[in-house]
Amino acid sequence: MSPAGGALVALLALLAAALTGLYRRRRDGRVLPSGRASADAAPSQQSQALVALGVSPGRTTLVQFSSAFCAPCRVARRVCADVAAAMDVAHLEVDAESHLDEVRRLGIWRTPTVLVVDPAGRVTHRVTGPPARAELLAAIA
Amino acid sequence: MLLDPRGPRFAAAVTTVVLVLVLILTSGWLALAQAAVFAVTAANPRFGPYGILYRTLVAPRLSRPTELEPAEPVRFAQLVGFAFTAVATVGFLTGVTALGLVAAAFALIAAFLSAAFGLCLGCEAYLVLRRLTGRPLPARRVPAATR
Repeated sequence: MSPAGGALVALLALLAAALTGLYRRRRDGRVLPSGRASADAAPSQQSQALVALGVSPGRTTLVQFSSAFCAPCRVARRVCADVAAAMDVAHLEVDAESHLDEVRRLGIWRTPTVLVVDPAGRVTHRVTGPPARAELLAAIA
Repeated sequence: MLLDPRGPRFAAAVTTVVLVLVLILTSGWLALAQAAVFAVTAANPRFGPYGILYRTLVAPRLSRPTELEPAEPVRFAQLVGFAFTAVATVGFLTGVTALGLVAAAFALIAAFLSAAFGLCLGCEAYLVLRRLTGRPLPARRVPAATR
């Protein structure tokens, strides 16, 4: 293999990484209305999973999925705690790894993922990556 | 253990440069050196060579970190980096150059994402892997120190 071949591989890898990073930067932290994104399971199955995680009905809850190997989970935790205090809603942090059944049923693939659950126990919004504070506030209000 | 998050970002930038050189030179020995750096840093981030470089040369010129991050994700990422560069080393040194190129390219993608965007690909792959293969664990595994 000539140096040019290796350089080409390096260039392609950097290009792929840059595109991935830019895509992630656009998407991460956006508070998206739930619907298509939560197509992994039927709504009733989702509600069961949420109850199993300890979400109590009658109150809006921010359900945050975290894992041990997750640096941005710390930032997500702070944003959720602040928003929960400001809006008087609940904030529940779940270790994704020890609740894999619920993780599968709720369609969680990455940490941090935050679900906004309304008082009726329905997932109304979903965020992957540390949530954008203003969008999270707007989603709850 | 908590780290100045700019340390791992700096280390990832150095790693990116080293891995580009590994690919251009298709050098198994340089890949081996990078694998050793990954191994040491995974074992103890305090002794990571690039981290030491950061603390002695870069950190004194910067303000104090506004925020610290847990060391566990960093260590896990280093372990993933080690796995890929170890495969690349074997590939280059045994003449299976294609294997070396592919493994080093994946390591480069992860290092660049970490350096330029602060994304940890290995950390995310961890949950995906657990989701696809694992059974639920009874105990809470998020370490108390990161809360």
